[in-house]
Amino acid sequence: MATLELTIEQDASALPARRGRRLGPLFWFAIGWMTLMFAVAIFADVLPLPSPTDMDMLERRAPFSMEHWLGTDGLGRDELARLIYGARISLVVGICAPVIGLSIGGALGMLAGYFRGRFESLVVGSMDVLLAFPPLILALAVTAFLGQSIFYLTCILGVLGVPAFMRVARASTLTLARREFVIAAQALGATHSRILLRELLPNVLLPLLAFFLLGVAVTIVVEGALSFLGLGVPPPISSWGSMIGEGRESLEVAPRLAFLPAIAMFLTVLSFNLVGDTLRALTDPRQGAL
Amino acid sequence: MTDTLLSVENVAVELPTPRGNLRAVDHVNLTVGAGRTLGVVGESGCGKTMLSRAILQLLPKKAKLSGRVMFDGLDLVQLSPEKLRKLRGRSLAVVFQDPMTSLNPVLTIGTQLIETLQEHLELDQAAATRRSVELLAAVGIPAPEQRLKQYPHQLSGGMRQRVAIAIALSCEPKLLIADEPTTALDVTIQAQILDLLAREQRRRHMAMILITHDLGVVAGRTDEVAVMYAGRVVERAPTPALFKKMRMPYTEALLAALPRIDAAPHTPLPAISGRPPDPTRPLKGCSFSPRCRYAVARCHSEKPDLAQAGTAEHQYACFHPIENHADASA
Amino acid sequence: MMQQSASQNPLLDVDNLVVEYPVGARTVHAVSGVSLQIARGETLGLVGESGCGKSTLGRAVLQLRRPTSGKVLFDGHDLTAMQGDTLRLMRRRVQLIFQDPIASLNPRRRIGDIVAEPLVISGVTDPTKRKQLVDEVLSAVGLDPALVVGRLPHEFSGGQCQRICIARALVLNPEFIICDEPVSALDVSIRAQILNLLEEMKARYGLTLLFIAHDLAVVKAVSDRVAVMYLGRLCEVGPSEQLFARPAHPYTALLIEAIPVPDPDVRPTETVPVGEPPSPIAPPSGCRFRTRCPRADAQCRDVMPELRAVAPGQFAACHHPLI
Repeated sequence: MATLELTIEQDASALPARRGRRLGPLFWFAIGWMTLMFAVAIFADVLPLPSPTDMDMLERRAPFSMEHWLGTDGLGRDELARLIYGARISLVVGICAPVIGLSIGGALGMLAGYFRGRFESLVVGSMDVLLAFPPLILALAVTAFLGQSIFYLTCILGVLGVPAFMRVARASTLTLARREFVIAAQALGATHSRILLRELLPNVLLPLLAFFLLGVAVTIVVEGALSFLGLGVPPPISSWGSMIGEGRESLEVAPRLAFLPAIAMFLTVLSFNLVGDTLRALTDPRQGAL
Repeated sequence: MTDTLLSVENVAVELPTPRGNLRAVDHVNLTVGAGRTLGVVGESGCGKTMLSRAILQLLPKKAKLSGRVMFDGLDLVQLSPEKLRKLRGRSLAVVFQDPMTSLNPVLTIGTQLIETLQEHLELDQAAATRRSVELLAAVGIPAPEQRLKQYPHQLSGGMRQRVAIAIALSCEPKLLIADEPTTALDVTIQAQILDLLAREQRRRHMAMILITHDLGVVAGRTDEVAVMYAGRVVERAPTPALFKKMRMPYTEALLAALPRIDAAPHTPLPAISGRPPDPTRPLKGCSFSPRCRYAVARCHSEKPDLAQAGTAEHQYACFHPIENHADASA
Repeated sequence: MMQQSASQNPLLDVDNLVVEYPVGARTVHAVSGVSLQIARGETLGLVGESGCGKSTLGRAVLQLRRPTSGKVLFDGHDLTAMQGDTLRLMRRRVQLIFQDPIASLNPRRRIGDIVAEPLVISGVTDPTKRKQLVDEVLSAVGLDPALVVGRLPHEFSGGQCQRICIARALVLNPEFIICDEPVSALDVSIRAQILNLLEEMKARYGLTLLFIAHDLAVVKAVSDRVAVMYLGRLCEVGPSEQLFARPAHPYTALLIEAIPVPDPDVRPTETVPVGEPPSPIAPPSGCRFRTRCPRADAQCRDVMPELRAVAPGQFAACHHPLI
């Protein structure tokens, strides 16, 4: 009778890949910062902050004080409050847009990789067309037509992200669909939807999620760039990008007005990158060992 | 007695893994005489591949090697990387299991052969090309001149393995290590490749280590066989003695578990129950004891060392070798 | 169509199956007109080297790869004519076991779910009933359900994974199982365990097996009859003992001779270099084995040999059989 013992790692020279397993201090810092950002973004309304839109013309560009922890901006608005509300915007757009990309692109990619043939050619072809569009011009065009709003911004950035997710999902599905466990499911008489949802999706999901986190990082930067150019969120809503844009005028007098949002964006993007990378490193070796 | 060309002395290889230290090779002693063939037999995980890597000094970076590997009077463990590089390919050659990965897929066959020749024998282009054609013909590849320009993927598995052998033999090595050279090939091609190796070995008076999991392969083609289990050599004997007068129960069980072509269909096979031990958790006693039908208390608590049977050439590591039992093999 | 087995009502009747598929501008002739029958309760071994089309044949029988032409009759029903739900219902009676046991299991699903999957697909909704059937079949293959059900495939060895695959194949109580090289990827000592297990399960569940392998000794150990395949065509079919004792087709003889025998007294005969098998993209005219056959002549080049009786129950496709 086979006694149950855990298996031997046959190829011990897969060791270098496991280095990513040790979650170093950098990883935990990233987690900590992300948690902080999420927390303040969610609880912004209940935090004891002055309103980010209250202009106090007497206290313009005021330095750090008990009343305004991080000072005020060019129009007398509390900097800390604007940063926190800015976090909200960045995170909302930064997460919702890739979610659109993930769901639409992921689905299309899986279907293309599974069914192949003409459907695949159609999907890949249309994604190529989409990829060929210069993203900023597209954003500009939509803004010009439909006006500035967070909703349109999120949609545009989401749609622009679809091809990348499609590629990741399709690549994953192509390798997996050929593996024997999928053929085994077909041999059992499973329907296509069952195979896609129960056999393929759990395996494709992890690489997609790792890519998703990187997508969040990129989206935050893109949103920041658009807002910096004045094409992103409409005023008076504060976004880190628009804050940097506004802070440009005060660079000589109060450089913190530009640097504080820049640092906040930098740390947030870095954190998402680190967590995304670690997640990718964690999922890859296990897939390889199988 | 022929002189010893290779002497593996007390070699141990340890690999750190997240689950603890993995003892891949556990104090192995082996010798190979010039012009002789040693077969190393074992299942996956027994350490035979790691042993070949240890001999070639091609272990993964994290591996810890102890012991000596004396080749032609030099200790390979102590040798500088520069001297090792000169030795490898020249006096010490390897043929691996999968010729698709051991040949560079983006270089032509000709390039790979000529490169080796130029590197080690310092021949010029024309001489190296001539020699390459000769080598390909010697290993039985038809139309060798055309083959020089082809890429590995354009050849079949058997052909690729012949090319790999040609590259290995190109510099007239003193020792050839063949690590499962025919496992990936069909049985009719396997026979041809093994014949080729035997023929070339006789012609060049070359020593060979043939590593395989197939007892059938070593039976007719080796002078001596070493059986490995869980990182150790558990029996070592001249080939006829191993098959006829085996001492180690594992060897007996391994032989018995092979389906035989002369047996009637539906005869139940005497399978070995259980599985090889986890190398990160070495057992206190004999590694085979949980699966051995002759095991007694001593086998579980003490590790047997390689002892000697009737002749000095036949060694085994067992407290209750088979001759002590009523059902001794003929 | 040749009646190869004694039974008048075979469980599986493959009639002139052809499987061809395009590769770039050319066509691979993987299976070129194979006919065979398997009686209920019989084990037919299908043996051949790589590229002979045996795995393709196995998949084509199950319609996992649609044949180009030919019929597959399972218990009288033509599988080639079925689609969609009818085909899916049929699949419950025929199962498949693969070569690579670890790759046959979804790495992200637990063993309990994997083995229960066929039950879910065929509509067994009661979870307690499912659990009971799963536990039963896991015990039958020699695994302790309590220890196994909650784990993931990568925690098990090759041999254990193959047991799990066998359990999954058995849970619906099928009638027919196609084993596609089930032990080739396993160690020698584990191989014997799995072969014994298959024999045991066959007896216990009353199965009919098509056992595909390239190792003749393994095939002989479990088969009642053996079919030898070469480059998409059948060379020889006959009862195991008889076929190996007195092969009629030169290819069968070549295969038998090439097997390394674990007996040091049997010096391997220096094989006459017979070259490499040709590619299935451009198979030779007439008898496909003629390029490697020492007995080949003009007739072999011009006329494709068909299977005909050379001894009681033994059929060979050769113009110059050995018996």
